[in-house]
Amino acid sequence: MSAMISINNVSKWYGDFQVLTDCTTGVKKGEVVVVCGPSGSGKSTLIKCVNALEPFQKGEIIVDGISVGDPKTDLPKLRSRVGMVFQHFELFPHLSITENLAIAQVKVLGRSQEEARDKGLKLLDRVGLKAHAHKFPGQLSGGQQQRVAIARALAMDPIAMLFDEPTSALDPEMINEVLDVMTELAQEGMTMMCVTHEMGFARRVAHRVIFMDKGAIVEDCEKDAFFGDINARSERARQFLSKILQH
Amino acid sequence: MNYHWDWGIFFKSTGVGSEIYLNWFVSGLGWTIAVALAGWIIALALGSVLGVMRTLPGKLLPAIATAYVELFRNVPLLVQLFIWYFLVPDLLPTPLEMWFKQGISPATSAYLSVVVCLGLFTAARVCEQVRTGIQALPRGQNNAALAMGFTTAQTYRFVLLPQAFRVIIPPLTSEFLNIFKNSSVASLIGLMELLAQTKQTAEFSANIFEAFTLATLIYFVLNMSLMGFMAWVEKRVRIPGMMGGSK
Repeated sequence: MSAMISINNVSKWYGDFQVLTDCTTGVKKGEVVVVCGPSGSGKSTLIKCVNALEPFQKGEIIVDGISVGDPKTDLPKLRSRVGMVFQHFELFPHLSITENLAIAQVKVLGRSQEEARDKGLKLLDRVGLKAHAHKFPGQLSGGQQQRVAIARALAMDPIAMLFDEPTSALDPEMINEVLDVMTELAQEGMTMMCVTHEMGFARRVAHRVIFMDKGAIVEDCEKDAFFGDINARSERARQFLSKILQH
Repeated sequence: MNYHWDWGIFFKSTGVGSEIYLNWFVSGLGWTIAVALAGWIIALALGSVLGVMRTLPGKLLPAIATAYVELFRNVPLLVQLFIWYFLVPDLLPTPLEMWFKQGISPATSAYLSVVVCLGLFTAARVCEQVRTGIQALPRGQNNAALAMGFTTAQTYRFVLLPQAFRVIIPPLTSEFLNIFKNSSVASLIGLMELLAQTKQTAEFSANIFEAFTLATLIYFVLNMSLMGFMAWVEKRVRIPGMMGGSK
């Protein structure tokens, strides 16, 4: 399997403060990689570097053969091929659900209104929300909004999906409806990089788990090794796991 | 006070042609509206561009917009009007200067000066409101739009501005009313708008109290109607499920 996303020696600073230190990892085609770690460890920053929402000063990131940091790269085009789901959903509140699903298909990919609408509705049906097509984001629950956000990203036919803590802002009751959609997506072979604290999801679905602390990648191993052989893990990862696996 | 009230004065002849005083007020109101609306078009268009510029990444464009705002906001309106009317024409290329001073009627040259003056002055204020409207939006909206492949221009056009303008309708309403009230400065360069006609009526008829009472009433009713119009606009563009919109 070839690398869909490869991250090589990426470092990033905010002024004097280093937020990422020599991060090297990758996501193969069809692979599901979960990135975890304490807050402030740089995991969200790293995933935002992948589609250039955050610039980085050192190293390189290659997505499907295209260098993200290269000033000559057509970033809008690259981003249109990589789906992203955010912690706070970020649906466009002034547009109906149908319009949220269609707008980028029409304005970025140049699809016709009907084509974009049909595609959007099909995906909306897939995430179980077809009945809400005419509503506005503010009229849906958090879990519903996040499912729409996933459908919106999928409507662009992405080659990979980035999830930035997609369930962190949700009520406990709504977490599963989002994780179910993500699980289904993973089983269909979507290439996924997920920043999440949902270790149950990681156990069930991930191929690999990356653990970050203080801007560096501390662990990067197969899921079974990560959860199975706890004594082989670093001290910091053991601490983290023991805290979040207690519940 | 030995004042002889005469509310019938408005229907009496002015002694100029066959006009009654009420005709003067109607004509003055027409000029006031013509000045304010034309100025508002300039203010809204230029102010929006400047407001966007102040929020763009980079240094040059925000600096230009900031300098504009400081310049136009910190010089009194009346000083600006005198500069536009008495000074700027002398700085124009000779053919333009001749056209301004001799080619058009005095009323037209006064009108052009006051429209440009009010438009540019109010643009600085609109700029600040557009800027705060954009900055009040969650940062994630910008990221979400970029992540879908929108260019910066598309992000503003389809995602940020439609939301920002909804947020700033109330303060924009104030500016809209202000430009109608500020248009009264035109009386000082001889444009016969509402205030100038009021003063003329007072001088011709000596019924100064009646004249200013009517002017006050006209400004009041005009601004109340504008407020009603803006409230209607605000209601029309309200988003279901948010910002005070109905569920």
